[in-house]
Amino acid sequence: MAKKKINIAVTGLNAIDSPGPGIAVIRGLREAKSFDVRIIGLAYESLEPGIYMHDLIDRTYHIPYPSAGAESLMTRLEYIHAKEKLDVIIPNFDAELLPFIKLEKRLKEMGIKTFLPSEEQFNERHKIHLPDFGKKYNIKVPHSKAIYSSGEIPGLVNEFAYPLVVKGKFYDAEIAHTQDQVYTYFNKISGKWGLPIIIQQFIKGNEYNATGLGDGKGNTIAAVPMRKQYITDKGKAWGGISIDEDEILEMTRHFVGSTKWRGGFELELIKDFSNTFYLLEVNPRMPAWIYLSVGVGQNIPEALVRLALGEKTEPYTDFEVGKMFIRYSYDMIVDVEEFHTISTTGEI
Amino acid sequence: MQIKKNIAISESGYIFNPSSGESFSINPTGVEIFNFIKEGKTYEEIEQLVLEKYNTDKDTFDKDYHDFIGFLKQYHLLDYGEKEN
Repeated sequence: MAKKKINIAVTGLNAIDSPGPGIAVIRGLREAKSFDVRIIGLAYESLEPGIYMHDLIDRTYHIPYPSAGAESLMTRLEYIHAKEKLDVIIPNFDAELLPFIKLEKRLKEMGIKTFLPSEEQFNERHKIHLPDFGKKYNIKVPHSKAIYSSGEIPGLVNEFAYPLVVKGKFYDAEIAHTQDQVYTYFNKISGKWGLPIIIQQFIKGNEYNATGLGDGKGNTIAAVPMRKQYITDKGKAWGGISIDEDEILEMTRHFVGSTKWRGGFELELIKDFSNTFYLLEVNPRMPAWIYLSVGVGQNIPEALVRLALGEKTEPYTDFEVGKMFIRYSYDMIVDVEEFHTISTTGEI
Repeated sequence: MQIKKNIAISESGYIFNPSSGESFSINPTGVEIFNFIKEGKTYEEIEQLVLEKYNTDKDTFDKDYHDFIGFLKQYHLLDYGEKEN
């Protein structure tokens, strides 16, 4: 029997040095056992590499930046839906999630499903609120504070010991060893991502990550822990290995169970030298290394789509330990006509 | 003292700790001793096997053995059960 074909729109096609998760998500969807897919790429810029990966993406449309607001996005999605009859949309950027969450009901009325955290879940796990989040759900987190002005920097010495981490609202993090460095990073990161800036106590140790999927009822549908093996100067994992660490799996299940998380997520963790795990961040979407989950036997993108469509989805209970992902960059040769087409018409 | 059950070692001496994702490389003598410990042999049994096979003395073996155990401890590769060597 032929598998049903689902039209899925995916964002995050920027497979660059700090990659969006879109291409990895699409690879998982293309390998889904329970359905076939037609993939519609949603891109913000004409040079997002995914636009030109025609073996992975059937058609791509420009969408407006999140700063343009939810209405502008909705208008564009209505246009795309009229042409492509979308079944599911998977947004993959932190900054665009809130507009998509706000549009969830209207999209559903059009027949387009998403599987996203609630607005409350999205907001309370935000790094600005991490200390309260840790307290509420009994999860160890490093001390952190949101600051809104460089005038607050001198006072940090009363609460933090150097080095400390200076983080952007959505992305970017730098380790500052001196007050001067805090000023520099404050200006650099706030210039790019706006305010506030989050100051977090630096913890020395090994970095671990876990990706997973919650069904919104407290059940963990998938969970894969990973240790970064190669980290770029932007702090991105360029290589990693699946591990079998009970404490991380337990933390992941606790996170999903206590927050009733709905959707994909990534937990960023650090283990200090007393072997204590701290939660550094909750990313409210699948990570760029999500294809490792597919490689070890948990196709999280496929399971997420099944949940979005309301299909019964059994939790994954096993995965292969000791599988590595090694990322690489690759030059595509693209005809300038294609670039012109997407730049001028907004679709290709 | 035992090697943790989930620790894997290849013939070439590559140890992988699936809990931490860390991996280490040890030399052929290390592989032999690692496997002796994994088989549950006592310190005395290992000492006898090593002294029979290699041109070394008790004191040197004792020092090298405990250095090696220190390495295994440091990287959390040991499990302390009922059997204490």
